[in-house]
Amino acid sequence: MNSAILVAIVWRWIFNPNPFGLANATLGVFGLGPFLWIGSSDQALLAVILSAVLTIPGGGVVLYSAAMGSLPRELYEAADLEGAGPFAKWRHITVPLLRPTTLYLVVVYTILAFQIFERVYIMTNGGGPNNATITIVQLIYSTAFQFGRYGLASAMAVVLFVMAMVVAVAQFRSLRTDVEY
Amino acid sequence: MSSTNRLPVHVLLIVAGVLSLFPLYWLFLTSLSPTQYVVRVPPEVVPRELTVGNYQRLFETTPIVRWLVNTVVIAGVITLFHLLFDSMAGYAFAKRRFPGKDVMFWLVVSTLTVPAQVTLIPVFFILRTLGLLDTYPGVILPGLADVFGVFLMKQFIQTLPTEYEHAARVDGASEWQVYRHIIVPLSRPALAVLAIFTFQRYWNAFIFPLVILRDPAKYPVQVGLATLQGEFNTDYGMLMTGAAVAALPLIAVFFAFQRYFIEGIRIGGVKG
Repeated sequence: MNSAILVAIVWRWIFNPNPFGLANATLGVFGLGPFLWIGSSDQALLAVILSAVLTIPGGGVVLYSAAMGSLPRELYEAADLEGAGPFAKWRHITVPLLRPTTLYLVVVYTILAFQIFERVYIMTNGGGPNNATITIVQLIYSTAFQFGRYGLASAMAVVLFVMAMVVAVAQFRSLRTDVEY
Repeated sequence: MSSTNRLPVHVLLIVAGVLSLFPLYWLFLTSLSPTQYVVRVPPEVVPRELTVGNYQRLFETTPIVRWLVNTVVIAGVITLFHLLFDSMAGYAFAKRRFPGKDVMFWLVVSTLTVPAQVTLIPVFFILRTLGLLDTYPGVILPGLADVFGVFLMKQFIQTLPTEYEHAARVDGASEWQVYRHIIVPLSRPALAVLAIFTFQRYWNAFIFPLVILRDPAKYPVQVGLATLQGEFNTDYGMLMTGAAVAALPLIAVFFAFQRYFIEGIRIGGVKG
């Protein structure tokens, strides 16, 4: 629910190249670094990705917990009788039964990832050193509104549109082949 | 599950929770730290000294209040119109019969798969032609044509019993009266979800206002925050304080309407 801007501001600071950056300070405890993070063309993208991975998406957690609530208890009871451990139950009952939710989330988060803009705009000033972190939306934005090449930017937008369509069709297919249980 | 099995699960959940909440904690901590501590090595996870100095500087040197007011106006107006339009369209699609209904609904819903940024340049050109660039209507109008709410309202209104509607019609109620006195009151839970989601979405809107508005006095708070970063490149204390101020109203809304948020995710899938 927090804005992408807010989150990006915090992460920009965590991954700033100075020794007082939280990432550097934390790794420094283990004798690593300091790293340049968003200041280097090799590590900037890694920093942006880490910032996304380390923020647990609340929406996914809510959907998973809703889906888990409706899983049939009998399977777990049967597994208990067979002497299955908690990990085995999770691996062989929960994970397979949650497949529809997993598929749905994969698709939704993929589409959201196509649209990443704020994170890159804020964390790496819109592209990072050597354009290391530029995303398609950032590219559309800067092509159109910083360089005034609207035609080229529109072509990029069409490519983004086609990519989103491909994923949407895949989503439609995957949701139709529901798992039976 | 026995309690011994639960221990690792709890540990995992606590770690996950701490990890997700940490940026927020860090944000508020930094905003309350004196400037010299912001750049301290190593950073202090538990503060030794708190101050409101950053807040003072923020309110004195930036139009943050103006930005917040702008955001409330923009997000508020958009939300009001959404409640009206989306519930009307949802009602029509859910309960009424008219030629071409299925095709129209399919057309409307198919726009859900189009990322909003795809329409950024066309919207910009339309607004420029209409002379609406750098105006509040320019930011508000494109926000009114959004399909997610129509879909949400249609899904909800479909589940309402038809009997009330029939009874009202037998009593001679007009189309407007059925909508106003039957559909709207019964849809209150869905309308609440829609209001919160829409408000949150436009509170956090960034790329559209960034492109449409030029005058910093008209910026919503998120766009204003981004300019702080340019102007005060090294002043992380100020930047984090601005972000904290922008986050507070939404956090308040979240805690006040928490169950609607979770309900909304369930009804509408993941959005944001």
